[in-house]
Amino acid sequence: MRSIRKCAAIAMAATAAVALAACGGSGGTASSSKNSHVTLTWWTNATAGDLKTVWQQAATAFHAAHPNVTIQVEPIQNEAFTTKVPAALASNNPPDIYQQWGGGGEATQIPSGKVTNLTQLASSWIGTVGSAAQAWQVNGKQYGVPYDLHTVGFWYRKDLFAQAGIASPPTTMTALNADIGKLKKARIVPVAIGSKDKWPDAFWWEYFAVRQCSTATLQAAMKAVNLSAPCFLQAGSEMKSFMGTAPFQAGFLGTAAQVGAGSSAGMVANGKAAMELQGDWDPGVMAPLTTNKGINAQLGWFPFPALSGGAGDPATVLGGGDGFSCTTGAAEPACAQFLQYIDSTAVQIKVVGANVGLPANPAAATALTLPALKQVLQVNHAASYVQTYFDIAFPTSVGTALDAAIANFFAGQGTPQSIITAVSQAKASQ
Amino acid sequence: MTGRAGAGRGPRKPRPRTRRKLELALFLTPALLLFVGFVLLPIGFAAYDGLFRWTGFGPLGRFAGLYNYRLVLSDPVFREAFWHNLIIVVASIVIQLPLGLGMALLLNRRFRGRSFLRMLAFAPFVLPYATTAVMWLLLLQPSGFVDQVMKMVGLGGLVQLWLANLHLVIYTMIVVLTWQFFGFAMILMLAGLQGIPAELREAAALDGASAWRTTWRVTLPLLGPTIRIWMFLSIVGSLQVFDQVWIMTGGGPANASSTMATYLIYRGFQSYEFGYGSAVAVIMFAICFVFALVYQRFVLRRDTRGALTRVVG
Repeated sequence: MRSIRKCAAIAMAATAAVALAACGGSGGTASSSKNSHVTLTWWTNATAGDLKTVWQQAATAFHAAHPNVTIQVEPIQNEAFTTKVPAALASNNPPDIYQQWGGGGEATQIPSGKVTNLTQLASSWIGTVGSAAQAWQVNGKQYGVPYDLHTVGFWYRKDLFAQAGIASPPTTMTALNADIGKLKKARIVPVAIGSKDKWPDAFWWEYFAVRQCSTATLQAAMKAVNLSAPCFLQAGSEMKSFMGTAPFQAGFLGTAAQVGAGSSAGMVANGKAAMELQGDWDPGVMAPLTTNKGINAQLGWFPFPALSGGAGDPATVLGGGDGFSCTTGAAEPACAQFLQYIDSTAVQIKVVGANVGLPANPAAATALTLPALKQVLQVNHAASYVQTYFDIAFPTSVGTALDAAIANFFAGQGTPQSIITAVSQAKASQ
Repeated sequence: MTGRAGAGRGPRKPRPRTRRKLELALFLTPALLLFVGFVLLPIGFAAYDGLFRWTGFGPLGRFAGLYNYRLVLSDPVFREAFWHNLIIVVASIVIQLPLGLGMALLLNRRFRGRSFLRMLAFAPFVLPYATTAVMWLLLLQPSGFVDQVMKMVGLGGLVQLWLANLHLVIYTMIVVLTWQFFGFAMILMLAGLQGIPAELREAAALDGASAWRTTWRVTLPLLGPTIRIWMFLSIVGSLQVFDQVWIMTGGGPANASSTMATYLIYRGFQSYEFGYGSAVAVIMFAICFVFALVYQRFVLRRDTRGALTRVVG
């Protein structure tokens, strides 16, 4: 009986959203704040580590400064956002503030009519964030605000590199391959990857594409949602020959990226693997996954190596950032004021202290204590072009299809061409 | 409701009839409203949404007719997921039925520690699915608990990448599902066994039938209704497997452990294709529904005769 109900429930889950959306309509514009008490619910992806504390402190401090506004922090597992946000935006009761990664994903959410246009509300202070805020605009309107910026690169264990006799981190692909050989000889897993989550696979393929394609080609491809330029196919072939050297841990297809000590981040944190290609948030992810207190000192960082013969600028980086959006039901200007507070130097210094990424407000950059992160910030500043993660830059359905095709490719299913075909098919069936 | 009550029964008769109608209306309406509102309408909505190319945000997008439905049925990934569901259906019956039945026959006898063993065998079913999934996920890590135990007992050569091997992962899932659900088969069979009068077995024994023969010829046939209803629940459940797979592998690697339900969540919620996802939901519902009808018509008919097939009143 339970099963029969479940059958219906599955059909229902998909449609409950519709019914609610239909009822919701354009209702729920901001109620004016007449000194009445407002509570703002806040969905963040900080479920553990220092950032969780920082957000709680920010909520408390904001309440102290604005006694009529209470911020209720609701931490949610990072991977759950993709399913929770659409359901919430289709309901009549979305959170007032939620995690926002900008780009095509944000653009997909705008037709819900539930995401607040912050252009006016933030006009006086958004300038402090600088040009990075553009990734949170849709058609020139600010629908989200970043609190940190990201750069993908290699996090490696200095001690394990030394153990394998590697003097300095590789700057070319040839050197990286040689170092992988040395690590294997020293019986150390060279590279960890969390393929179960699919997006870490995408980092690899995308970086090969970023090194293979010129900046102009990349920009055109993002705009047209089209990967037909030959360099993208070439990126897949390069990826394939790299994977032929078996650089990853055994069973990497079943490994999670960030959850538990057995995840790829956990493996590097616990010295079970020498490096992984991850975002600058990695030290913050690793800290709670190990009892090794000295982990920060053991971590080094190097950018994705140059690819000989590629048209890409070696100084280009792959990245993105984290931010927040307000929903139309949230009391304004309280919600926008809170986002402003998050980007204030005082809070940004604490965000930096949590080792989750590079500050959105450059004034807080001085607070970066982890030497490796200072290096990441330098590379990010010096970058000729920051390529947003493809799956964020593309509309969500295309981005997910790309990630799935890359993940299949990693599992030995498909070809360099099938990745490109997946994007054109997903775009066509949008 | 035939017309015979109206013929020659005097004028006082209609009152109890209206009263009965009132009673029926009173008792049925709330349940009917809930059923229509929370079961039929949503199914209708899903079927309707499936006709559109819709991202889940804002108004329904472009009308696409049966395009989504055709696309789902022709998608090799969906077909693979459906195939996995079928494998789970068959494996559940082939493994859990003998296991559950055997355990039930064993634990139906009187001996010390019987209730403890019953509890032990039933315990996995009581665990939340998510807990089971996380527990097995940890046990099955490369060089995790399972691998260590296998090495200790000298089976180290058989150690596999349980969750990362494309050809193996679906069978790993079947082991986990069997572990979780065989206790349910057992408890149902036990309940069925309680309903078989001891006299029948005694009579068979007096007639000189061996214990094996008694079980085979007396107990099992009388357990038929229980087995048939368990199979029904098991098959419908197998067609909808989601929680354990989603947590342990997300349907991967490369869709090697996907089921119709993980495919639905992946396309509908993760890639924001709500129109397409609704079409998947409707197709999944249709598969379950058609199976349920066919099964009730041809297999459960004997057991439910009187409850479903006779016109009441």
